[in-house]
Amino acid sequence: MSLILEKVRVVMGSFSLEADAVFTGRITGISGPSGAGKTTLLETIAGLRKPVSGRILLQHEVLTDEPSQRMIPPHRRSIGYVPQDLALFPHLNARENLRFGQPAVLRPGMPDLETVIRVLELQDLLDRPVGKLSGGDRQRVALGRALVSGPRLLLLDEPLTGLDPALRDRIVPLLFRIRDQCRVPILYVSHDAGEVAALCDEVATIRAGRVEFGGPALGG
Amino acid sequence: MTAVDLQIILFTVGMAALSTAVILPFGIGLAWLLARPNWPGKSWLETAVTLPLVLPPVATGLILLKLFGRRGWIGGFLERAFGIEVIFTWRAVVLALSVMSLPLLVRSARTAFEEVNPRLEAVAATLGAGPWRVFFRISLPLAIRGILSGTLLAFARALGEFGATIMIAGNIPGRTQTLSLALYQSVQLGNDDHAMVLAAVSAVIALGAVSLAGGAWRRRGGGL
Repeated sequence: MSLILEKVRVVMGSFSLEADAVFTGRITGISGPSGAGKTTLLETIAGLRKPVSGRILLQHEVLTDEPSQRMIPPHRRSIGYVPQDLALFPHLNARENLRFGQPAVLRPGMPDLETVIRVLELQDLLDRPVGKLSGGDRQRVALGRALVSGPRLLLLDEPLTGLDPALRDRIVPLLFRIRDQCRVPILYVSHDAGEVAALCDEVATIRAGRVEFGGPALGG
Repeated sequence: MTAVDLQIILFTVGMAALSTAVILPFGIGLAWLLARPNWPGKSWLETAVTLPLVLPPVATGLILLKLFGRRGWIGGFLERAFGIEVIFTWRAVVLALSVMSLPLLVRSARTAFEEVNPRLEAVAATLGAGPWRVFFRISLPLAIRGILSGTLLAFARALGEFGATIMIAGNIPGRTQTLSLALYQSVQLGNDDHAMVLAAVSAVIALGAVSLAGGAWRRRGGGL
């Protein structure tokens, strides 16, 4: 991945978040306490929030350039986003959720629907309403839905929070599979610095409204 | 019940259905707009849409009369440009019913749109869905219950509309006379028995509409 946040500043009421960093990891993790602005950062990268200043570039393409008022809308960014509450579409079953963002033409190297179903072991869930899925199953459908849309980058907001240890042990290998088999880089935020260090090959922190680059990490 | 009564009933139901069909796309669009966070002109539009609900219906009728009359801004234009007359025709009935029932649809649909989790719409956008696709695949299906109930309310309101209709459509038997207007006329003429028959018919139609909607609801599985 090559994600550049160039003097990005986001303001929400009295809260402000600043980021000036270059991320190149295959799984980059950003840790920080609750309320530090982790979700705000992901939403800004996804194009759901407009920064008051700065530029965001993904693989050398300018996504947001505040000085020139250029902002590519979220539906043209090819950035998958899995929020903490997963935001599965409640009126669609698992298969319809997965296919929601399926592109008519797949970009080279992107995983197709069948690959995603296989990698995330979703075969048995496809015809079930998402409201009747367990927490771990919902997590897998949400990851799958984002992957099927052919993202250049996958943003995950606290993907392991609230899961019991057994479920965590099931989801973590899936993240590595996404990285290795689907070849989609992941930007991952969590309040748990230990978890980030264990999973990611590059880490950063958010402290006092500022993203601080931490460099490469062991793990992954 | 006479053939004339039957004509009045069919005319009223037809006009109410037509006015509901006319306001549906506008009402849904307005409701969606009003459910969006603050934007310039929102409070102005909000007031304009609510106005027919708080004004006396005859006052709304008077405003419509001034706008759509031959010398009115809109009525004058329609007549000059297209030769379309509105006042004291069936078009005036549709206009009155539409204006009076629109706020009920908008209020109900707006609440339904406001209850759609904005994160679902945001995530749909990150999955490549443009604003129209987000609307038709996410917002609209999730708000459909409120929209259906608003549509039913609007239809029921249109069935019983009186004040604005009599102002701009008059009470012309065979041309603009609806159930409410015929009922009023029967009472005026001292024909209370006939008025009671029309009142009973109005009640049956309204109950029929409500139970039809309820049946449709149950077929949908009662939820999403």
